[in-house]
Amino acid sequence: MILSTNFLKDYIDLDENIDVKKLAEDMTRVGNEYDSAEKLVPATKLVIGEIIECEPHPDSDHLHLCKVNIGSEVLNIVCGAPNARKGIKVIVAKVGAELPEITIKKGNIRGQESNGMLCALYEIGIDKKFLSEADKNGICELPEDAPIGEDPIKFLKLDDNAIDFELTANRGDLLSILGMAYEVGAIYDKEVKEPDLTHSEVGEDVNKQFNLKIETDNCKLFLAKMAKDVKIQESPDFIKNRLIASGIRPINNVVDISNYVMLELGQPLHFYDYDRLGNTILVRMAKKDEPLKTLDGQERTLSEEDIVITDGKEPVGLAGVMGGLTTEVEEDTTSVLIEAAIFDSVKVRKTSNKILRSEASNRFEKGLDPARTYMAIERACKLLEEYAGAKIAPGTVKYDKTVNKEKEIEIEYQFINNVLGSEISKKDILDTFRKLKFKVEDKGESALVIVPTRRIDISIKEDLVEEVGRIYGVDNIQGKLPVVPMKMGHTDKTIREIRHKLCDLGLNETLTYVLINDKEVNQFTCDEFEALRLLDPITEDRNTLRYTMITSLYKIYEYNKARENKDVCLFEIGKGFWKKGEVYGENQKVCVLMTGNYYDKIGYKESINFFDIKGVTEELLDFLGYSGRYSFVNPKNMPKEFHPGQTSEISVNNDIVGIIGRIHPSIEKEEVFVMEINLDKLLDKKVGKMKFKEISKFPKVKKDLSILVDKDIPSKEIELKIKKKAGKLLHDIKVFDLYEGKNILNNKKSLAYSLTFSDPSRTLQDEEINTIMDSVILDLEKSGMELRK
Amino acid sequence: MKEKIEQIKQKTLEEIKKVTDLKNLEEIKIKALGKKGELTEVLKGLKDLAQEERPKVGAWVNEAKASVEEFIKKREEEFKTFELNKKLENEKIDITLPGNKLKRGSIHPLNRVIEDMEDLFVSMGYDVVTGPELETDEFCFERLNVPKGHPARDMQDSFYITDENLLRTQTSAVQARVMLANEDKTPIRIITLGKTYRREDDATHSHQFNQIEGLVIDKKEVGVSLADLKGTLEIFVRKIIGANLDLRFRPSFFPFTEPSYEVDVTCFKCGGKGCNLCKQTGWIEVLGAGIVHPNVLKMNGYDPEKFGGFAFGTGIDRLAMFRYGITDMRYLYTNDVRFLSQFDRKD
Repeated sequence: MILSTNFLKDYIDLDENIDVKKLAEDMTRVGNEYDSAEKLVPATKLVIGEIIECEPHPDSDHLHLCKVNIGSEVLNIVCGAPNARKGIKVIVAKVGAELPEITIKKGNIRGQESNGMLCALYEIGIDKKFLSEADKNGICELPEDAPIGEDPIKFLKLDDNAIDFELTANRGDLLSILGMAYEVGAIYDKEVKEPDLTHSEVGEDVNKQFNLKIETDNCKLFLAKMAKDVKIQESPDFIKNRLIASGIRPINNVVDISNYVMLELGQPLHFYDYDRLGNTILVRMAKKDEPLKTLDGQERTLSEEDIVITDGKEPVGLAGVMGGLTTEVEEDTTSVLIEAAIFDSVKVRKTSNKILRSEASNRFEKGLDPARTYMAIERACKLLEEYAGAKIAPGTVKYDKTVNKEKEIEIEYQFINNVLGSEISKKDILDTFRKLKFKVEDKGESALVIVPTRRIDISIKEDLVEEVGRIYGVDNIQGKLPVVPMKMGHTDKTIREIRHKLCDLGLNETLTYVLINDKEVNQFTCDEFEALRLLDPITEDRNTLRYTMITSLYKIYEYNKARENKDVCLFEIGKGFWKKGEVYGENQKVCVLMTGNYYDKIGYKESINFFDIKGVTEELLDFLGYSGRYSFVNPKNMPKEFHPGQTSEISVNNDIVGIIGRIHPSIEKEEVFVMEINLDKLLDKKVGKMKFKEISKFPKVKKDLSILVDKDIPSKEIELKIKKKAGKLLHDIKVFDLYEGKNILNNKKSLAYSLTFSDPSRTLQDEEINTIMDSVILDLEKSGMELRK
Repeated sequence: MKEKIEQIKQKTLEEIKKVTDLKNLEEIKIKALGKKGELTEVLKGLKDLAQEERPKVGAWVNEAKASVEEFIKKREEEFKTFELNKKLENEKIDITLPGNKLKRGSIHPLNRVIEDMEDLFVSMGYDVVTGPELETDEFCFERLNVPKGHPARDMQDSFYITDENLLRTQTSAVQARVMLANEDKTPIRIITLGKTYRREDDATHSHQFNQIEGLVIDKKEVGVSLADLKGTLEIFVRKIIGANLDLRFRPSFFPFTEPSYEVDVTCFKCGGKGCNLCKQTGWIEVLGAGIVHPNVLKMNGYDPEKFGGFAFGTGIDRLAMFRYGITDMRYLYTNDVRFLSQFDRKD
């Protein structure tokens, strides 16, 4: 809503030279934010002048050399406007004038001196869309009575300010000058004037000439009056200028009056050409696919959700949104049927979202005060009589199912102070309601507040608390902290600990979008689920919720690769989404991607391989307490995006919680490794308590064992074999060497293990260890493995 | 005799002086003090001397031996020190070469701010809770006093999966879950942080962003008021955004609170003087807050006659951008390694 301060002054006494910025700031403090607060015409150093001589420029086919009398002096000005001619009064921008686009300087145009500029209205800041054809194409021609040397902005009554407010959804009452006047009046404690509705009425009662039928519950109030003998012409300046200041294009006096009243009182009106409409109006819901040509000439196809005004048969208007073309007020219109109605706000919003958002629909959507509807139709009659010569027929065609009663709310003074945490006195509270022009009765401990019907946003006690807070000023309330029983705040730190662990392991944390392309949702997984697709995505590239985060991290890798970032080690903790049957679900997951160099060490050239990312995974699982409970197993189902020889499932307590492996070379030729664990699943697994184990006071015995085995025997299998045979005294076993190649058969590998034996209660004897080792070796050899000596 | 001993001593000392390595020194040592050494020979010859001469000559020899031994020892030390120094010299490294490191990890700036917020509120006795990102209409809107048909629920603003399921548009959805889950209807003091989604994407809006939401509910006797909300948010703003910032509570409208406020903070770019970031107003809108609407309490099982409280919420992305001087919101989600790895140290 753009507020014209001149318009506002009709209803409230404001300082002649009001500081528009201050007004906007004061409104902001009571909850009405603004976007801009500017003079309607920001141009400076303008003066009314008369062209006393006008000759063609000797070196140009379109420029004129003008001598312009501005009272104090006569200026030589070169002007290119086609309508520049001797004898007209014009707007002169003097040297030094600041116009929206330029600053005027002393100039020389093709050899001729020019000391100023003759201005078109759009050059001083009036948008072209508001101007007549003549004003769009040439300089502004002022009337003959324009006083030379005076301020043209004042003369044209364009000395106005426009504040563009961004109002909250509940304050539909502020979509009117009158509503704004009540709000400003509450801030500055000023009286608000009532609109002038006086007009005369002649002829036959409109009810005898007109039939109204309402066939839908979505129209609660419908009023109509008749204006005859209207003369269509240009509106007076004040109406035009106020429309322009409010962002509405002037058309003619009758159409302008409907818009003017809407701005003034917040009630949208519609004027029908009575002769084209006929003597019947029927309001109903539209039929499926019913056609209507709206005012803007567009063919609209309606649905059963739209409210239409009909002439009894055909639609003549789309309720709350736009009128129809067939009954439009035109140059030859003489009789006007004035409509003022209230339509269902939700229905209007749906229709306007579909068809067109307009100043009218915006007001219907926010809800209207029926008292204003009655006021608006009378105000329109008043203005039509005064500015269009209309003769108003007596009576009003009326359909009214509204309950237009002022709400009474009783509120204890203490309640207000309890909610606000304030100590506002009874007197100040009552004063606030008085400033708001709410009727109020003091009942000792409480106040009985009668809320005017214009404030449809107020219905409960808490709404009144807000009003007191607003007008009294939140700034006047001292902040403090709640006095509540002490307690310790609780938070599950696991996710944070995982984040910091992975950071410590050298990975960069990322945050990626959960929305991906539906073609990507089944990549990197064999799990069965139903993908979740958006009903209305912004782009097809992000139309589906991801299931695995590997897709997201792989995209981030590609982004970095394209920018020549080669060492990419990333992780993310985030969510994957799915549907199985009727169940919707989401899981917290941790995902890691690693490629390039991991160690920052001179001479170290080896790039990241499977065992680096496996190491990171093991570090994480050990850190979380799953030491000894996890294993890496061959996948039952291998997602086709993974390298079949370098991929493993991660099993914890014999349950698969994740996957780890290299991205298939046919997808990514660089060696890129990824890992993902379902944290919901993992963290659900039991972890033993961290508990001290007695340190053995007796010496350890170390034995090394090097064996030659078939390449495809997993090391883990050999380890388990050794452990089983070695028994309880084996404290620890580690692989410390892997060798393949020279001096070894092609299908073999050499693995070296380091075994540590100990007993917490005694010193071990060489013989018993040797016996154990012998039995281990015998057992291995039985399985076809060969001891290397 | 004395001269002879003195002569041997002087000669030996001379030789020791000239010696250039440990091996030669050893030879001289043997030559003078060994079993067949010159001074040893003199001692051996003592038995041929007169009885009364023996102690005198013996003393001379021992004195000479001691001098030689002492000098040898001194020279030995010299050589050892020299050798060690030579060895150390050879082991000298270029200490300006870089140290061996793992790659250095980093925490995403958004999570850094999130962790700070968690710590602040936990220290004030708040619990940190979580909720689903894939929400239902019921929790995202219905139970927050945003009935069907309300403009805030428009399809065009939210990512719906079905008519009932959508990506949460606000962390406020967790409010209803917490209230409802608390069967004993005891006081609540929580925050929740996380991802939220809205159907918009432009230079200043990402379709995915992060929010923090706080909710305090207590018995009416305790009286959690707007003044308490003000005090709480003053601490929040000054600890998380900037110590010297002022707050401005601007009355506003949200369906789930009444009264409702938008909270402006002194423009962190210009300090309140007016700039393009604050559109010359000197203020930046940061938080939405208010007193929990009685309908919200009622719908989630709290009696509004007995309980009351406040709620607040804000976007985290912009605060993180401000804290680290991040110039473009897109950096937060494109995850360029050159961006991420700048957040690799303590704040």
